[in-house]
Amino acid sequence: MARIDLVDLAHSYGGNAADPESFALKPVTMTWRQGGAYALLGPSGCGKTTLLNLISGIVTPSRGKILFDGVDITPLSTQKRNIAQVFQFPVIYDTMTVGQNLAFPLRNRGVPQGEIDARVSEIAGLLDLTPYLKRKATRLTADAKQKISLGRGLVRSDVAAILFDEPLTVIDPELKWQLRSKLKALHRALDLTMIYVTHDQTEALTFADTVVVMHDGRVVQSGTPAELFDKPEHTFVGYFIGSPGMNIVPAEVRGREARVDGHIIALHRSYDKLPPAAKIEIGVRPEFVDVAAPAPGLLSASIERIDDLGRVRFARVRVGDAKFAARVPPGFSVPDNTAGLVFDPAHVHVYADSHLVEGTL
Amino acid sequence: MDKTINQKAWFLVLPVFLVVAFSAILPLMTVVNYSMQDTFGNNQFFWNGVGWFKELLDPSTDLGGRFLASLGRNLFFSAVILAIEVPLGIVVALSMPRDGWTVAACLVILALPLLIPWNVVGTIWQIFGRPDIGLLGYVLNSVGIDYNYVSNEFDAWATVIVMDVWHWTSLVALLCYAGLKSIPDAYYQAAQIDGASRWAVFKAIQLPKMNRVLLIAVLLRFMDSFMIYTEPFVVTGGGPGNSTTFISIELVKIALGQFDLGKAAALSLVYNLIIIIVCWVFYTVMTNAGVERQSAKGAA
Repeated sequence: MARIDLVDLAHSYGGNAADPESFALKPVTMTWRQGGAYALLGPSGCGKTTLLNLISGIVTPSRGKILFDGVDITPLSTQKRNIAQVFQFPVIYDTMTVGQNLAFPLRNRGVPQGEIDARVSEIAGLLDLTPYLKRKATRLTADAKQKISLGRGLVRSDVAAILFDEPLTVIDPELKWQLRSKLKALHRALDLTMIYVTHDQTEALTFADTVVVMHDGRVVQSGTPAELFDKPEHTFVGYFIGSPGMNIVPAEVRGREARVDGHIIALHRSYDKLPPAAKIEIGVRPEFVDVAAPAPGLLSASIERIDDLGRVRFARVRVGDAKFAARVPPGFSVPDNTAGLVFDPAHVHVYADSHLVEGTL
Repeated sequence: MDKTINQKAWFLVLPVFLVVAFSAILPLMTVVNYSMQDTFGNNQFFWNGVGWFKELLDPSTDLGGRFLASLGRNLFFSAVILAIEVPLGIVVALSMPRDGWTVAACLVILALPLLIPWNVVGTIWQIFGRPDIGLLGYVLNSVGIDYNYVSNEFDAWATVIVMDVWHWTSLVALLCYAGLKSIPDAYYQAAQIDGASRWAVFKAIQLPKMNRVLLIAVLLRFMDSFMIYTEPFVVTGGGPGNSTTFISIELVKIALGQFDLGKAAALSLVYNLIIIIVCWVFYTVMTNAGVERQSAKGAA
């Protein structure tokens, strides 16, 4: 049980003297509250696993501190950190039964046998592993093995946080849903801090109440799934989250107007003090751009194809050099080649050098 | 289901059959033939039936006594070198670096003894152990240990065993190292998080994961040590007395020294049979372990 503070934490596998741009994890300062469910989301190589390994102590940071409940635990070894971790591939001890696997962390810590038995049967009950306790762990399915790995973490009563490193990679799709809802249920029942690393946005958005999006070694945004969707603070968050991702196109922005391909798009807020040398872009989610019949007041786009996702249709269109995805309103029959685009001004964001600019109302 | 029967297919097997016949079956049958006869000079053969085999198993006869005594030495030798080389090989593998340039250096150094021909190994140790000019023998004697592998049985045995350990521990170590390298890092990390001690990591992760390669190592080392000939022959020549005379040395003495082809043939058949039986036992154990693994995979 712990609040986790990261203070100016950074890591480079090449040593501290290396160029800061080459850091696998660039300096990050943030606080994770006790009992929260966090997801670290980002593409491969974005530093999310490095951050996780820093917290578990498998990797020692080049710089900065990690505090559990205000206590600096940076110099402590993994064993002393009261952390549990579930890895991408199930780790089970081949020669042991399921019960012995669950008891292993307690036995290593010299817990009395009676207490071990009580904890093991309690955790086995929580994870629906009771019928398998006496069976060899090697013979079980991948999802049961992952539950055992998780159980070895849960069995310790002193665990500060449970870390998950893409734990559903080797699980069949239908079982993924079950296991994920099991995790959710456990989180609610046990009041544990859980940190979940994944590159799958669905997993992250359904599991976590706070999603930390990482890109190129940096935390680019940390927020609720709704915040990430409605107001991406970085263009990367815009196109990484959402399917299809956010439309991001270069534009000239002046006051309440953005000019794209010679056409003016109205903005909800006013942008007067944009940095002069910055690359200015506007971003709008496909859900807030509608395809309409071509009309003089609308930005006109050439239609490339229509993606029918069943519940909703998206048109892939082209405006000048820029590609757009736009929603096709229900019942609208799409013109053959050219269409107009209708923007919802409240959801058009302005980015300077990829970072969100707050306008004034 | 109707299956076309085409006996012509047998002709395709014929070349293989001929090669095997000339290279294996005919020589073996010759040995079987010899084992039923007694030879005298000038290529005269006399029928002896199963006489030699009876003698082999009867310790009161000369042949039986020599066979059973050397069989005992062989088994003792194999047991001792397995008891030393397997744990030592594991320890060496465990203490090898996991990555970096030192890995290559370790592998080369370990592989060196394996590349040296048997009789050269024998010669190296024969000279190495000599009390007058050999480094080992001279040093041992000058610190007051009366070491002489030519006259002392214990010294002769110690030399042969240490020589085999020097020659073959590398093989066990390399096999174990390969087994260790195949363990994903996550296992070690999980064990760290579970608070496992070094010993617990070894028992719960490393040993079980090395299981398969260890079986192969034990099999190879048993077979090889059971057939040992060249090194002790070069170093001790089977002496002092008969104390390091193994079955193979006995066999060569009978076949080439005394030219008793009948006795030698009977002995080599039994020797062969022992090796085949041990082979079969190991093979069965190993494939059973494999089946267990397969069914585990099937369940997963």
